[in-house]
Amino acid sequence: MDHFPTNWGRPKYDSFDTHATYPIHNRGHAQSAASNGAVQHTHFSHSKSALRQPIVTGTSVLAIKYKDGIMMAADNLASYGSLARFKGVQRLHPVGDYTVVGASGDMSDFQYLQHILDGLVISEEANLQDGHTLGPAEIHEYLSQVMYQRRTKMDPLWNSLLVGGVKDGKRFLAFVDLLGVTYSASTLATGYGAYIAQPLLRKAVEGREDTLTEHEARTILEDALRVLFYRDARSINQYQIATITANGADISGSLKLETAWGFAEGIRGYGAQTQ
Amino acid sequence: MTSIGTGYDLSASTYSPDGRIFQVEYANKAVDNSGTVIGLRVKDGVVLAVEKLVHSKLLVPGANRRIQAIDRHIGLASSGLLADGRHISNRARDEAANYRDNYRELAPLKLSDRLSLYVQAYTLYSSVRPFGCSTILGGVDKNGPSIYVIEPSGVFYGYHGAAVGKGRQLAKTELEKLKLSELTLREAVFEAARIIHLVHDDAKEKEFELELSWIGDETNGRHVPVPKDLFEEADRKAKEALENFE
Repeated sequence: MDHFPTNWGRPKYDSFDTHATYPIHNRGHAQSAASNGAVQHTHFSHSKSALRQPIVTGTSVLAIKYKDGIMMAADNLASYGSLARFKGVQRLHPVGDYTVVGASGDMSDFQYLQHILDGLVISEEANLQDGHTLGPAEIHEYLSQVMYQRRTKMDPLWNSLLVGGVKDGKRFLAFVDLLGVTYSASTLATGYGAYIAQPLLRKAVEGREDTLTEHEARTILEDALRVLFYRDARSINQYQIATITANGADISGSLKLETAWGFAEGIRGYGAQTQ
Repeated sequence: MTSIGTGYDLSASTYSPDGRIFQVEYANKAVDNSGTVIGLRVKDGVVLAVEKLVHSKLLVPGANRRIQAIDRHIGLASSGLLADGRHISNRARDEAANYRDNYRELAPLKLSDRLSLYVQAYTLYSSVRPFGCSTILGGVDKNGPSIYVIEPSGVFYGYHGAAVGKGRQLAKTELEKLKLSELTLREAVFEAARIIHLVHDDAKEKEFELELSWIGDETNGRHVPVPKDLFEEADRKAKEALENFE
């Protein structure tokens, strides 16, 4: 049996599903069955590397700079297509003593990256013990090289990653994605959050990076997460927040978003129908 | 030495008529000429201590460490030829990394069985010489703290307290006096420092550096050098104890 749900076909005709988290059903290497039943070979059917697609995915990661360092947030959901499949997944991963990496995109690729990064910290820090340690800038540079190399091999790690941390009194916050593209800003968001949350974060944070308190920063992120939960169909109302300060990284336990649905009461199609 | 001139000591691949491999025994001599290395396994962790003989005052203090980290949770201290010890620690790191890649969990200290096979392979061929070092592997895995010693012959044993190198005899008698299963990790650091200072022979060797590392609950299960303040306290108390001892 073919275990890849994207090869099962769609219940209705769609060249692509506008609500899916990935382009459906045009994988280069797959042998796609044509309507007459004959097997069609695509351009890439004989190529060595397989262009993959994300299967179990995480949605947005948000991060901002604030007075004491970096604050990062991600919800606990790993989706299987549009199915809310795993509801207790941690998408924020501490690396070394100064850095947190947050991931959206394919969760198995993220688990692979966690393993690579843990091995890196062991060989570069634990084993050498030469007084040199990896800070967020080094972790981000390393990740960007790994991501770019994999995209060049036509076998990308399907993630958008945020890397945040504090070392030697300096805050660091940067982005890297499956193509190896990097950029840095005082507020960053991946995935759907780049459209929905980023404008909110910019408005709340830009120009106030050095004055925002931890409480204010937390409120800003929670408000953005709440908006995302209302708008993003691949999100969930459980999340974690990482704070990275001069004292190191701290990742909270799973927290619950407070949401209000009272407004839906009178809307036809949402609340109980009264007519 | 009866072995010399008989021709049976020229290769590790040749037995003597009474069933000995002299090259392996010579390798042990290389260990016996080296500074003492001890390991203490106590109830909540492991302490490694090294008497690093300093052959020149021109050397940078702290250079040529004899205690290495193999993984977050394993330390390795070697006595004998330092370069051979480094080679073994490199191999041990590869083993630990491979274990991590294959099983996605921390390597157990049983890792030393694979390491011992590697050492043993160097006793089989005329083209190589056996390792001139004895290695103490110490760490905490999911079965708790443990120590293993790998000898040049490739045998390895687990210990509560281990000593190799020049002062091993005296160090062993001192270790036997301790109630290792009842000591705390912190107490073991002081005992380790004391024993190294005790076995050091001022008359023969002038200078030495003390190396101390530990792993246990107090270090969050990580093998790290003993922090500076504790090191200095242990070093000072060891010197005091030595004066009272004499």
